[in-house]
Amino acid sequence: MTQSNPSHPMIKMDQVHKAFGDNRVLRGMDLTIPKGSSMVIIGGSGTGKSVALKSVLGLITPDSGEIYVDGKPAGSGDRDAFLARFGMLFQGGALFDSLPVWQNVAFRLMRGALKRPAQEAREIAIEKLRRVGLKPDVADRLPAELSGGMQKRVGLARAIAAEPEIIFFDEPTTGLDPIMSGVINDLIREIVVEMGATAMTITHDMSSVRAIADNVAMLHDGVIQWTGPVADMDQSGDPYLDQFIHGRAEGPIEAVR
Amino acid sequence: MTPLKLLARLGRSTLAALAMVGRVTLFAVSTFTHMLRPPYYPRELALSLLQIGWLSLPVVALTAVFTGGALALQIYAGGARFNAEAVVPQIVAIGMVRELGPVLVGLMIAARVTSSIAAEIATMKVTEQIDALVTLSTNPMQYLVAPRVLAALLTVPILVGVGDIIGIAGGYTVSVHNLGFNSAAYLKNTVDFLEPLDVISSLVKGAFFGVIAATMGCYYGMQSGRGAQGVGRATKASVEAAAVLILATNFILTGVFFSL
Repeated sequence: MTQSNPSHPMIKMDQVHKAFGDNRVLRGMDLTIPKGSSMVIIGGSGTGKSVALKSVLGLITPDSGEIYVDGKPAGSGDRDAFLARFGMLFQGGALFDSLPVWQNVAFRLMRGALKRPAQEAREIAIEKLRRVGLKPDVADRLPAELSGGMQKRVGLARAIAAEPEIIFFDEPTTGLDPIMSGVINDLIREIVVEMGATAMTITHDMSSVRAIADNVAMLHDGVIQWTGPVADMDQSGDPYLDQFIHGRAEGPIEAVR
Repeated sequence: MTPLKLLARLGRSTLAALAMVGRVTLFAVSTFTHMLRPPYYPRELALSLLQIGWLSLPVVALTAVFTGGALALQIYAGGARFNAEAVVPQIVAIGMVRELGPVLVGLMIAARVTSSIAAEIATMKVTEQIDALVTLSTNPMQYLVAPRVLAALLTVPILVGVGDIIGIAGGYTVSVHNLGFNSAAYLKNTVDFLEPLDVISSLVKGAFFGVIAATMGCYYGMQSGRGAQGVGRATKASVEAAAVLILATNFILTGVFFSL
């Protein structure tokens, strides 16, 4: 694992721009996520939350601006070593259909620099499944045989399998009932605290924000409209944030976009 | 439409077509460089060999046997017009080995393998499984594309060889049982007439067609748009492109082997 420098923020985005054709999604986004903290980015659908997250990982290349991870430019150095610092829970789980659950969880542990014997990888996978509340008998099932909530848990187990320093959560509660959403939110909070990881979550589920966040950033019109500790969110006085967190149709954010 | 607008539209279409050729060529070059570079994924290669090679055998065998049989009937009927019925073994052999074997196997592989690769990879893209691979430090070109193209390169020539033999067997069966040919004479004529170049051309065509079929499936899968419609479009485009490229390549290779 790469040695982290405590003086740098874990993630820093500086004037990041990204357009797809005429659609200017990010228009100078600035964001700083301190080490070991949990940042939740909120914003309406299509405001560029996923683009921001994928830009940090290098899945999308920004048109301009800089992204630093632990003080170093995100694209520099060994790509595998860079990605080994991250775990990610995708919105739909993104589990590999053709592999049983345990091989999904242990995917990174069976290939590349972190490769270890299959039996050991399986044991770690079962331990991680247990950590997210799944029984060992799930390990040999295929993802298609699991419910949406179980798939999210498997995705979470995969995200934490290699003990990453940074974990990204892309809409972790989308498509889940309120009780399962609460379970996933609590799990994310527990795991992030337990591992001391830096977390970046994108969501528009306000229950997730309150359960997961240390800090909140609101993305609107391609820039961070407001950012601050979650405790200050309700008294921010920012009309955009107020409209969003109270779910009002009236306000500066157009309801029809 | 004014002549100028027509010219502009023609120019745009030409540029788009050339850009497409460039993208596909770069993708193919990238596939081969990733094939040679570690890490290698033997499990993925073994699964692809099974899917593309072994599981395509039934459809290849059925296509070849019916084509060989029909070819024998056609040549017999056509040859009878100028008392040349006896050439059935030679024409079936040369027709199957040089042309129909590789082309029909190539087209069946385009239908069966290209479509399945494109739909699978496109679905993986739409459901963010490709992004997940990248975040798990796994290069999709190495993990998904290279094993499939390598498996097609290795197995389609074998499928073509099997198709050639079964096609000739189909012609033999019809000729011996329905058209009154002598069994031993039919086989002797077939073996005597075929030359090594016929067989080599058939297998080389198979290798090209296999690479085309798998590469088109992977390319269109990786380029897929969003949603079910994106997957459908990618699958359709991959089969169309593979089929046309296989037929065009067949024409060029036939020229290279037999006319130059």
